[in-house]
Amino acid sequence: MAGLHKSDVKNPVLNWIDTRLPLITMVQKEYGVFPTPRNFNYFWAFGALAMVQLMVMIATGIFLAMNYTPHVAMAFDSVERIMRDVNFGWLLRYAHSNGASMFFLIVYIHIFRSLYYGSYKAPRELLWILGVVIMLLMMATAFMGYVLPWGQMSYWGATVITNLFSAIPLVGSDIVTLLLGGFSVDNPTLNRFFSLHYLLPFVIIGVVFLHVVALHITGSNNPLGIDVKTPQDTLPFHPYYTVKDSVGICAFFVVYACFVFFAPDFFGNADNWIPANPLQTPAEIVPEWYLLPFYAILRAVPSKLGGVLMMFGAIAVLFVVPWLDTSPVRSAKFRPLYRWFFLLHIIACIVLGMVGAHKPEGIWVLLGRLGTAYYFLHFLVIMPLLGKLERPLPLPESISVPVIRRGGGPLPTGAAAKPMEKV
Amino acid sequence: MRAPKIAALLGVLVSLAVAAPAMAEQEPLAAQKWSFSGIFGTFDRASAQRGFLVYQNVCSNCHSLKQGYYRNLEGIGLSEEQIKGFAAQKSTATIGDDGQPATRPATPSDHFVSPFPNENAARAGNNGALPPDLSVITKAREGGADYIFALMTGYADPPPDVKMGDGMNYNKAYLGHQIAMPRPLQDDGVDYTDGTKATTEQEARDVVTFLEYMSNPEMEQRKRTGVKVVLFLVLLTGVTYAVKRQVWSDVH
Ligand code: HEC
Ligand code: HEM
Repeated sequence: MAGLHKSDVKNPVLNWIDTRLPLITMVQKEYGVFPTPRNFNYFWAFGALAMVQLMVMIATGIFLAMNYTPHVAMAFDSVERIMRDVNFGWLLRYAHSNGASMFFLIVYIHIFRSLYYGSYKAPRELLWILGVVIMLLMMATAFMGYVLPWGQMSYWGATVITNLFSAIPLVGSDIVTLLLGGFSVDNPTLNRFFSLHYLLPFVIIGVVFLHVVALHITGSNNPLGIDVKTPQDTLPFHPYYTVKDSVGICAFFVVYACFVFFAPDFFGNADNWIPANPLQTPAEIVPEWYLLPFYAILRAVPSKLGGVLMMFGAIAVLFVVPWLDTSPVRSAKFRPLYRWFFLLHIIACIVLGMVGAHKPEGIWVLLGRLGTAYYFLHFLVIMPLLGKLERPLPLPESISVPVIRRGGGPLPTGAAAKPMEKV
Repeated sequence: MRAPKIAALLGVLVSLAVAAPAMAEQEPLAAQKWSFSGIFGTFDRASAQRGFLVYQNVCSNCHSLKQGYYRNLEGIGLSEEQIKGFAAQKSTATIGDDGQPATRPATPSDHFVSPFPNENAARAGNNGALPPDLSVITKAREGGADYIFALMTGYADPPPDVKMGDGMNYNKAYLGHQIAMPRPLQDDGVDYTDGTKATTEQEARDVVTFLEYMSNPEMEQRKRTGVKVVLFLVLLTGVTYAVKRQVWSDVH
């Protein structure tokens, strides 16, 4: 199928290029006229937001790396130099550390959006799975990034998390040695974590690319969860969604900027301003907030191996969600019962997050177990059963009908509606 | 359609409300009024300068401030000449022309000179306890400035039922109430030249202001920039939203 591309680009130079390498045509097709459901709400801006935030993380990270020294004797001081001596170094550092929290906030909202509107269901299973892979890679990246400033929490967090792998029978301790580059967290650990922390974001870009390719094959889901049927159901991506996503991005940057400039340590932990000290264990070792629910699940069972299995299981279960959910209806808008379980699930995740921040004592043990139990029940029992038991509400005929009705009185579908494709 | 959304919001709020007090399990710290708190907060120069005097006369005998530079003192209002003169009184380690360890007078671009050459020396001088570096101390303790203030003013006689360790001092704010640091601040412990009365509280307030500055020398620039950036972004969001309404006007 080799052969030159017949390009529509007017400019002769660009046309020459586009004929040989049809990038312009591709962007035009995938981001210009790309038919997009017309009824998105602002939750659909979080995908574009995540993309922007990934770029922000990489940009700030590259400049941080120019000034950072991955050595146990110098790492902490080099970060302090970034804060004090590098021009706008404090901005780079705070944009990066708060940016990680923002990135997870965005991606978690993006994921719960997909869960609520059933975006993981056929034919978007692979799209969803690629998303879970991105989340896993982000967790690994953030965990290793948190080790770099070499504070107390960096050191002890790395110690606790790498140690988890020792629960694996037979090969566990060898794996830990391999991860650490020795028998305890030390200079080789810091070096390899820095190397991987630089590498993984680019792996994430690769997976994000696949995620987007998959999206453009299936097309987007929408708040009604019904398929696009006619061209009236869609709008060209540009200018409608470029501008709508831009609103979301700008609004989000207001929030992000407030943290960076006015409360840069809001998500931080005081202990990480104390240089790492292998001889002194902090009173409490807590990971960053975005890992807390998983940390709580880890500690919910009294056995180490069991806890590790549960923690990884909590992520593994996400991979099979498309097959656990048996309901024929995508959007929770039309699932009167599922909506309430979805709400419970959010509460369970928040409670687990709080449990993760506390010593496993008293009420927190019980809450941790309840939260963990519900987390798994939700996916493994409620999702499969509910699809069979629940009576969904009647679905609308098409996307354009309710949208047009809301606007200005009933219109005969199709005929009278304005053709959207030529815009 | 609305009910679940409202319920979701309520659910989140309720869990946060439960979380908030649970997260603050420790004894509550008295919240002080600080010149540097809030979006528009700045460092009270006079207080920070008095605080520098306290640090200089008292704390620096035991604690290092090694991330700080003498030139940072410009940020609390000292003149270049004052800083030069001040730095020159300190001697810092160097290698002499003969290749032997030597000392030279410090300059504004030098880090604050530490009282002890290494950790062992610091411990040896303090009954085995290590006085922590104070460069980022207000960020490195839960409670920040309020905690350091409470620590400075928290010395008291131990209750009769408490058995004190050897060389330990009773302090209400410190975790476990026994701290190796002897009470550093006393009424009239330093001579203020600006007429301010040197009570323990005043000294504590001043030294905390100084340490907060040394922990965040970028704070004033950060907040000033932040106000502009946020205003700009709010405006940009508004304009973008207006454009969005315009673009979408033929859809709804
Ligand atoms: C005589 C030496 C000495 C002087 C003077 C001194 N300190 Fe300390 N300081 C110590 C020692 C020793 C410790 C460690 C205490 C411990 O580990 O129990 C300490 C600990 C501290 C801590 C950490 C407490 C914690 O929560 O871990 C702070 C903050 C502190 N000092 C501030 C100051 C300030 C501010 C001054 C000046 C007003 C000062 N110190 C003067 C010896 C001193
Ligand atoms: C997926 C994107 C990324 C995430 C989620 C992420 C996350 C993090 C986190 C959580 C920290 C610790 C912040 C702190 O407490 O100071 C950190 C530090 C760091 N990161 Fe990243 N990062 C990302 C991309 C990158 C990239 C691409 C680079 C380099 C090219 C980079 C370079 C650094 C450096 C040098 C530090 C240490 C400086 C510091 O602690 O502030 N990061 N990162």
